Amino acid sequence: MEKVKCKNCTKDIENEIFILNLWVCPYCNYHHYINARDRLQITVDSNSFIELGKNINSDDFLNFYDVKSYSVRLKETKLKTSLDEAVIIGEAKIEGNDVALGVMDFGFMGGSMGSVVGEKIKILSNYCIEKNIPLVIFCASGGARMQEGVISLMQMAKTVSSVNRVKESKIPYITIITNPTSGGVSASFATVADIIIAEPDALFCFAGPRVVKQTIKKNLPPDFGTSERNLKNGQVDMIVNRNELRSTLTNMLKLFKE
Amino acid sequence: MDLKKLEEIPKSYLKEILGALSKLEKLKKIPFFTGIHFKDAERDLAQKIESYKKVERDAKRVWKIVELSRNENRPQCLDYINGIFEDFVKLSGDRLTGEDRSIVAGLGKINGKTVAVIGHNKGKDIKQRLEYNFGMSIPQGYRKSQRIMRLADRFGFPIVTLIDTPGAYPALEAEDDGQASAIAKSILLMFEVKVPIIAILIGEGGSGGALALAVGNEVAMLENSTYSVISPEGCAAILWKNPSGTKLAARELRLTSRDMLRLKVIDRVIPEPIGGAQNAPGRMVKIVKKYIIGALERFASIPGEELKSRRARKFESMGFFSTK
Repeated sequence: MEKVKCKNCTKDIENEIFILNLWVCPYCNYHHYINARDRLQITVDSNSFIELGKNINSDDFLNFYDVKSYSVRLKETKLKTSLDEAVIIGEAKIEGNDVALGVMDFGFMGGSMGSVVGEKIKILSNYCIEKNIPLVIFCASGGARMQEGVISLMQMAKTVSSVNRVKESKIPYITIITNPTSGGVSASFATVADIIIAEPDALFCFAGPRVVKQTIKKNLPPDFGTSERNLKNGQVDMIVNRNELRSTLTNMLKLFKE
Repeated sequence: MDLKKLEEIPKSYLKEILGALSKLEKLKKIPFFTGIHFKDAERDLAQKIESYKKVERDAKRVWKIVELSRNENRPQCLDYINGIFEDFVKLSGDRLTGEDRSIVAGLGKINGKTVAVIGHNKGKDIKQRLEYNFGMSIPQGYRKSQRIMRLADRFGFPIVTLIDTPGAYPALEAEDDGQASAIAKSILLMFEVKVPIIAILIGEGGSGGALALAVGNEVAMLENSTYSVISPEGCAAILWKNPSGTKLAARELRLTSRDMLRLKVIDRVIPEPIGGAQNAPGRMVKIVKKYIIGALERFASIPGEELKSRRARKFESMGFFSTK
């Protein structure tokens, strides 16, 4: 039997139990990384997801080269993750309720937001306005994608403008903060939602702990940036366990329906 | 090959060149190839070395601009406010929890018309710099800016922003107070107001902290100012994992005013006096004043709804990608 080690309590978990428990440690309830495809599977009604914006691909328009070129990084990441980009968007049903759904994946270049993520959030926003269905986005991101320079910074404005039109159309907008959500994504579409739900233990901040520690030259409290601290500070509406997210979302969607 | 030629090549490119060189040398030693000329291969390699040298030269050129943008003798937000706006009244506080001095906000007159002015102030000597926290803002600053923008919107005053910040202040208290949400709300509000927003980058345009004031109907940059998603230092630490990559990062990030114009992120470049704004601060202030008067005239007769939807269209069309 294959086993995985919990990143938090370091106990061995049988792989099968780990997956049945939705990648959550059965001993300490630590919520581990879950990829976008698995997230879709555990969130939406079976066979209800129709993907949108599949034809949009990132471009190395700056010829960005650090120790590797951006185009090579993209190719490698696509192979490794079998994803096209850091977000999947589409229409789906959750317990029969129609939603426009976006799911980010931290595994794709740290869930970083470049032109494609920005454009997909815009397409998804337009789609939910057109269909008049709620907008739900699972966030997971290290921030803006540096390889796209200032254009990635502009995606913050682009996504905020897109979801602002959703809000103006009086369509409910819900984000789910998953581990980690920081930088350009946390300071844009993630935090302007009507309802912000966080998974337990998720790091949710603008500047990451390393940068903050460097600046203030002091040790940070152990709960820096966690969902729990954010709840205490009034930055999220609630913390919901992964196995209860589907029912919480369903309930919320029903409340917004007249 | 003369190894001295390699001295001017950025370190991160050296591996590739040395790899190619040693391959070539090995090939030359195989008896089978004796008498065969490797001229083409050698020429290609020499060309590559030349192009990498150009990268290094380019990085040095860009770095000079980064230094100019940070020059402490450049005119700052308060210099522009004092030199451009009449009857300026500074307004303080976010009416929620505090006052962040890194952002200066208030009302003043230009060309006989009242406008709201909001900008980052860095400070000129160490005492001032500490007072203004080096132009690095906390949520109270962004919320004060939002308060003044709402005020301007209600009374139909155009908004002029002067951007000069290394970025938002990365501190525990700022995070606890909701730094991410404060910046996001500022951006959101700039898509809601129905008055003209003129945004001018006067020095450093650092990341989200800059964008929080920069969602303008017209965005202009002083010639030697910069605009970037991350500081070259921060980018080098993450991607090069080494501070030696800082100048290269500055080049790769394409953070100069010319790059911004080419990428259509900004609308105008405001020329600086020869050698940079620090050489003739008074003249620089006059040039910016002329620009603001012109910009306000360009938007004066456009209805509020139109201003708002133009801003949305403008920013929502930004991005480069391919469709297949």
